Amino acid sequence: MPAVPPFGNCLRRMHGANTRCMVQLTAEERAIRDGRDGPSAALAMRVVAETARMLGASRLVPVVSAHIDGCLYHGDAGTLFAERLVAGDSRVKIPTTLNVGALDLLHPERTRLAPHQAAMARRMMDAYLDLGCQPTWTCAPYQAGHRPSLGEHVAWGESNAVAFCNSVLGARSERYGDYLDICAALSARAPDTGLHRDENRHATLLVDCRGLDPRLAAEDTFYPVLGAWLGSVAGTRIAALDGLPPALSDDRLKALGAAAASTGAIGLFHVIGVTPEAPDIARAFGSVPPRETIHLTGAMLRAARDGLSSTMAAPGTRVDAIAIGSPHLSADEFWRLLRLLRGRRSRLPFYACTGRHTIDRLEEFGLMDEVRDANITVVADTCVVVTPILPAGGSVLLTNSGKFAHYARPNTGYDVIYGSLSDVVETAAAGRLVRDEALWT
Amino acid sequence: MSRVIAFPIARADVVLPGTAHGRVLKLPALSFWGGIDPATGRLSDPVAPAYGECVAGRVLLIAEPRGSSSSSAVMLELLRIGLAPAAVVLGHVDAILGLGVVVAREMGWPTIPLYRLPAAAHERIADDINVTITADGAIYRTAATSSGDTVSA
Repeated sequence: MPAVPPFGNCLRRMHGANTRCMVQLTAEERAIRDGRDGPSAALAMRVVAETARMLGASRLVPVVSAHIDGCLYHGDAGTLFAERLVAGDSRVKIPTTLNVGALDLLHPERTRLAPHQAAMARRMMDAYLDLGCQPTWTCAPYQAGHRPSLGEHVAWGESNAVAFCNSVLGARSERYGDYLDICAALSARAPDTGLHRDENRHATLLVDCRGLDPRLAAEDTFYPVLGAWLGSVAGTRIAALDGLPPALSDDRLKALGAAAASTGAIGLFHVIGVTPEAPDIARAFGSVPPRETIHLTGAMLRAARDGLSSTMAAPGTRVDAIAIGSPHLSADEFWRLLRLLRGRRSRLPFYACTGRHTIDRLEEFGLMDEVRDANITVVADTCVVVTPILPAGGSVLLTNSGKFAHYARPNTGYDVIYGSLSDVVETAAAGRLVRDEALWT
Repeated sequence: MSRVIAFPIARADVVLPGTAHGRVLKLPALSFWGGIDPATGRLSDPVAPAYGECVAGRVLLIAEPRGSSSSSAVMLELLRIGLAPAAVVLGHVDAILGLGVVVAREMGWPTIPLYRLPAAAHERIADDINVTITADGAIYRTAATSSGDTVSA
């Protein structure tokens, strides 16, 4: 734990006194709060300002884009809130993308929601479109063209998207909860606190990866495991990873961040020599020595990898379903999948979750037929861990996603086995678990 | 007025105001999304502590709030259907859980107080005891009847 919390300058100053902080609003912000732009913009400004107060911020910061996680149905409350905003006659003030909803709008019949839930989920998705958001429906907006620049302030929801936005793009978002995201989009403001501020973006924890077997960092499957380990160890701290290969793909960084943001409250990590705010150790740490250094070992990673499976992963184990695509698959990831499949068909229910941005690219390259011929179900606009799509009555899920591995059991009831993409493909072709242990022994 | 012991067992910072009393449910870490079923209020991760316990009416002590940004949506739903905790005491405040409470207030639904108490101080509060939290964030141990309800004097 850091000696001081990442937020709450005021709380810290008056620890025990419980005095309230004042948030200074500009004339423009007060006008919006007082209803100049309609009741929804006023509500949005009140929520943003109240959140700022809660976090100890003294002012708001203008934001240039938003990504909305609040469009996923978790119960009628979220739908009723979105419809309240629509009724207040406002539209988003900044470019705003949407995270997944609870329905695959291209194949609504795939989701086994009760009629009431399906109707409310649909109403919710419609309400966000009515507010002027773009129908991206993806948890990887940064691979769908939404890429704010280094140093830009934005308000993003969805933990993996926030981690990528801060770490890989160097844009600045706090880890916002559902509903702050849309309120920021309607008011074009966010609390000036946390990761929006220079002083809160430096690493304090150095993870020295130089002692690892170089074979590990050469494999895709290393990155979700590294992320899961990082999240569980770093908690809320900002870590800098040293000794990783200099040319890390967006897909590897995405997998790392998504897993780290699942097992821990990771909104920002640095990779020395790779991510934009960490050209070297001195700059990643703000010229202050690391408070802690961890020398990462293969044994630590093996334990993290084992922790991603909730059931015994002996060769030949029955697998009831396979799911990949958390975060949503990129076109590159589909290409790797098809290359490993070499024309073979899956003998198991196989779900590949992605967004329309990727489907469009696959259609463009004529690859969608190849995917369908491989007996792979492409799930769009949503994913199998946030809404009931996996076969009812199944008990074991194989995935190569650290985020799926973390959330599948509580959300779907399936036990999870974590494997590489190659394990996923070989298992799909064989119809029973195949897992290559060579990398981890 | 609940019958309370004179000295508070801990003093929390008030994040969202209010008073609360209830039985403590103490968790080292929790993400509301993935950790609580929003339809029933029950802890839903079979391998996490206190699996199956219902958070409704409990004073929830979370040393390490973590995980998904959808936790505010779960909080909002729990408030709407009356299955929210009586109060939440967090080891540190993030921008997620309190949002659900702030939005519930805008919607005219019931709300709950939120407090911050550094994780190290959670040791002073045992799991399952009854507590009363006053408007200034002081946490008192409260006597309980055999039925688990706090005693009123």
